[in-house]
Amino acid sequence: MFQIRIHGRGGQGVVTAAEILSVAAFLDGRFAQAFPSFGSERMGAPVMSFCRIDDRKIRLREPVMQADAVIVQDATLLHHVDLFSGLNPETGRLILNASRDAAALGIEDFVSSFPAGHFCGLPATGIALKHIGRPLPNIALVGAFAAISGQITLKSVEEAVQQRFTGTIAQKNSAAAKEAYLYVRQHQQETGGGMTHAAAN
Amino acid sequence: MMSKQVVKFYQTGTFTVGNRLLDETLRTVQSGIARTNSLNSGHRACQGCGEALGARYAVDAAMRAANNQVIAVNATGCLEVFSTPYPESAWQLPWIHSVFGNAPAVASGVAAALKAKGKTQSKVIAQGGDGGTVDIGFGCLSGMFERNDDVLYICYDNEAYMNTGVQRSGATPPAARTMTTQAVGDAPGSRFETGKNLPRIAMAHDIPYVATATVADLHDLEAKVTKAVKMRGARYIHIFVPCPLGWGSDPAHTIRVARTAVESGLFPVFEAESGKVTDVTPIRKKMPVEDYLRLQGRFKHLFGPPKKTETLAAIQQIADDNIARYGLIEAPDSE
Amino acid sequence: MLRQIEGSQAVAAIVAACRPEVISCYPITPQTHIVETLSAKVKKGELGSTQFLNVESEFAALSVLIGASATGARSYTATASQGLLFMAEALYNASGLGLPIVMTVGNRAIGAPINIWNDHSDAMAMRDAGWIQLFAEDNQEAVDLHIQAFYLAEALSCPVMVCVDGFILTHAFEAVDLPAQAAVDAFLPPYDPVQVLDPSDPVSIGAMVGPEAFAEVRYLAHHKQLEALNRIPDLAEAFQKHFARRSGGLLSPDRLEDAETVIIAMGSVLGTMREVADQMRAAGDLIGCLKIVSYRPFPAAALRTAVARAKTVIVIEKALAAGRGGILAADVKMALEGLPLRIQTVIAGLGGRPVTQASLKKMIEAAQKGELDSPHFLDLHWDVIHGELARQREKRASGPSAENILKEMGKKAKPIY
Repeated sequence: MFQIRIHGRGGQGVVTAAEILSVAAFLDGRFAQAFPSFGSERMGAPVMSFCRIDDRKIRLREPVMQADAVIVQDATLLHHVDLFSGLNPETGRLILNASRDAAALGIEDFVSSFPAGHFCGLPATGIALKHIGRPLPNIALVGAFAAISGQITLKSVEEAVQQRFTGTIAQKNSAAAKEAYLYVRQHQQETGGGMTHAAAN
Repeated sequence: MMSKQVVKFYQTGTFTVGNRLLDETLRTVQSGIARTNSLNSGHRACQGCGEALGARYAVDAAMRAANNQVIAVNATGCLEVFSTPYPESAWQLPWIHSVFGNAPAVASGVAAALKAKGKTQSKVIAQGGDGGTVDIGFGCLSGMFERNDDVLYICYDNEAYMNTGVQRSGATPPAARTMTTQAVGDAPGSRFETGKNLPRIAMAHDIPYVATATVADLHDLEAKVTKAVKMRGARYIHIFVPCPLGWGSDPAHTIRVARTAVESGLFPVFEAESGKVTDVTPIRKKMPVEDYLRLQGRFKHLFGPPKKTETLAAIQQIADDNIARYGLIEAPDSE
Repeated sequence: MLRQIEGSQAVAAIVAACRPEVISCYPITPQTHIVETLSAKVKKGELGSTQFLNVESEFAALSVLIGASATGARSYTATASQGLLFMAEALYNASGLGLPIVMTVGNRAIGAPINIWNDHSDAMAMRDAGWIQLFAEDNQEAVDLHIQAFYLAEALSCPVMVCVDGFILTHAFEAVDLPAQAAVDAFLPPYDPVQVLDPSDPVSIGAMVGPEAFAEVRYLAHHKQLEALNRIPDLAEAFQKHFARRSGGLLSPDRLEDAETVIIAMGSVLGTMREVADQMRAAGDLIGCLKIVSYRPFPAAALRTAVARAKTVIVIEKALAAGRGGILAADVKMALEGLPLRIQTVIAGLGGRPVTQASLKKMIEAAQKGELDSPHFLDLHWDVIHGELARQREKRASGPSAENILKEMGKKAKPIY
C-alpha cells in the first residue's frame, strides 16, 4: 500500500487533489481511497487530505500517519505545521510547491537525507497560473506526483481530470499536470535522478 | 273598527342555513341533501362546540368544491381527538393525523405525492387548532407558505389549548382567563401586548389567499372555502370558533358569540390575496366590546364589581384599531 | 458499473435508481452532498415527476415524508446527529403508522458539545423508535443497503434507516459498483402500499388508541421487527443472486470457526479491524471479526450461534451511554448470557477520534492477557481528564469543561502562525 498525505490551505483544492489521485489510480486498474481530514475550515486555514493506493482492496480507515509521500501545496506551511510527520526520509517522497530551493526554504538538511529522486520542489503555482490563470497548484502537483512516484500514470491523471472538470477547465488542468509531470521527469534525467533545487550530496 | 296588528317581517336570508327562497346555486352546502357530512355525526365534541361546527362547514364545502376529491391532514387537538375516538372515526374522507406540530408539513408531503403521481385533481386540506397552528406548528406552517405548497390550511381558532384543559396559546386575547393565565393578581388573565396575528403573518408570506371567517356567517365561510379550494398554492383560512367550555359561554350562544365578536370589531373578517386585503365584511351594526365580553365567563373578572374600566377601554381600543385598519365600518353616504 | 466515487455521490446515485417519488431535504453535515446531488438530478428532470422539497427543519423533512408515504409515494430523506433528534417525534410516528420511509443517517456525534465528526450516538439515541437500523461497513455496502432498505421497508411496512459513517464513508472516494437502472428495477418492485390516503376509498390514519388496544399495536410493531430477522437474511441472499455479491444480512462472520478472540463491531471501523486481524492471524493469533449489519432488529440468536466457541469477545463501539457504559455491548451481553466467555467493552472513536490499527492491536493484546479494563476507553487522554477533574474540585465556578479542556490543549499545541 502506498500512502499519500497532501497539505495545503483551505481553498487550494487539497481535497480535489486527493480525489483526482484516487481516480487516476482507479483508472490504472488499482484500488484507491481518498478522504479529507475533515473540519469546518475557512479559506486559508491549514488542511490535509489523504490518499491510499494499493493493488488490493483498501480496508484501512485511519488517517495517513506513515506517509510514503507528502505533497505540500503551500510552502508557507513549512515550519508552522508538522508537514513531515510519519514521512520516512529514507524511503519517502516529498513534493513541494515552491519557487525557491530547499536551502532558501530552510529544509536543506531534511531533504538531503532523501534518496535520489525522492524529493522534488517545483513551481507548481507558476505552472498553474500559466495554464489555468489561477494560483491553484493542486492538479499540477498530482502530475508531479505521477512522475516522481510512478504510482499512477500521466494518462490516467489526464483522464481523471477530464472526468472531474468540464470544457476548457479540464484541458487547462490537464495541461498543467502534464507540464509538471514533464518538469519532474526532465529534472530527474538532468540530475541523474537527483534532487531538484538543491545541491546533490 | 278592526284593531291593527303590527307584524314584523325579518329578512333572515343572509344568515340562514337553509332558505328555499334562494336559487339552488346560492344555497349553502349545509342546506343540501347531497352534503357529504365529511365530519359525520357521532363524534364526541362538547355541546355547542364551535370547532365541530366550523369543521363540518369547511370540509363539506371543500368536498363540494373539489368533486369530493379531498385528503385531510389534521394536527393533534380537539378536532382530532373528538373525531376519532378509537375504534371509531367520524371522517368520511381520507384523513391522517401525525403529530401536533407537523400538520402543514405532512400536508405538503401529501400534495407532493399527488403531484408526483399526477393526481392533482385531489385537493389537500390541513386542519389545526390555534395552538397547533400559531405555536407548535408555526415553523412548519411558515415553511409550507414560503414554498407555496399546494395546501389549504384551515385554523380553527378557539384562542387557547382547549383539548389539554384550556391553557394559553399565542392566539389567546388579552385579559382572557385560561388555566395558565388565571384571573388572579393585579393583571388577571392573559397579558396585553402578547400574542400573534396569524392572518397578518400569513399575508406577510404573500401567499395566494388568506381569509378570516366565523361560524356565525355560514355563507361567507363556505364561499371562502370554495374559493380557496379551487385555487392552487399555499392558502390559509382562519376561522373563529367559540368554545363554550373554555370560554365559559352558553353552548346555545356559540353563533351569537361569534357574531358579536365580528360586530364589535374584535374579529375582523376579510380576504387577502398575495399579501393585500381584497375584501372586508363590513360591520352591520357596531357593538361595544362589552356586549361580546359579557357573554363569556373567561372575561367575568373584568366586570367585578368593580368594573375594570381601564382594561375594558384597552380592549375597546383593540377593536377600534381593527375597525380603522381594515375599514370595517363603511362611511355613511354623503348625501 | 464500477466507479471511483465519493460515498455520498454513490448513495445519491443508488437512491435515484430506486425511483423515489418524494424527497425532502434539510441540510446537515455530513449528509448534505447526498441531498444536493439528488436535488440536481430532480431539477434536471432526470427523475421524472419526483418531487424534491427544501424544508424548514428535519422535523419537517420527515413529516413531509409521512404525508407522502401515506399517500402511496416512495419517500426518502437523509439526516444526521442533531437533525435525527429534531425529528424524534416524527420517527416514532412514522414507525407507529407503519410507513416504509427510507432514510440515510450520516452518523455523527450529538452535542453538546457540538461536534460534526463521526460516531454512532445519533443512531443509538433513536434505537427504540421502531425503525430498522442497518449499518454499512464501506461505501459498496452503503449502496447495496439502500436498495435492500427500500425493498425491506415496503415488504414490512416499516421505516428503515441506513447508517453510513459520517465523513469516514460519506466523504471517502473509493471504488463502488453502481448497479444499472435495469438491474435495480428488476429487483425492486414499485411501491404497493398496505394503507393509502385515497378519496375513492377513504380511511382514517392516526387515531388515538387507548389502554384497550395500545399494547397490541405495540406488540405488532415488535413482531414486525422480529419478522425482519428472517426477512433480512433472505433479502441478502436474493440480493446476492441478483447482483452477484454479498451485502447486508444480519451479521457477517470472518474466521470465527476457530477464533478464540472475537471482535464485534459495526460500520467503518471494521475495515481497520480486519487489517489488524489479518496481521494478528499471520502471527498465529486465533482472532476473528464479527460485523453486525442489522442493529435493529438485534440479531441475538444469530450472534449467539456465531460466537459460541470464543473465549473472549471484545465489543468495539462508537457510542457511550452516560452513567451506564456501552450500548452495543449491553445488547451483546444480553444475547450471550450464560455462555462461558468473557465480554469486554471498548468505547472508541467518539466525536470522530481516529481508531488506529496500532491502538486496536495494543488493546486486543491487553484483552487477551486479561489486562484490559472494561469498559475500556480507547486512546482516552487521561491526563486531560484528571486535569479537568482537579480544576472542578478546586473551584465551584470552574467554567464550561469543554472550553477549559480546549484552552489547555491550545496552550500545549504549536501555534500555526
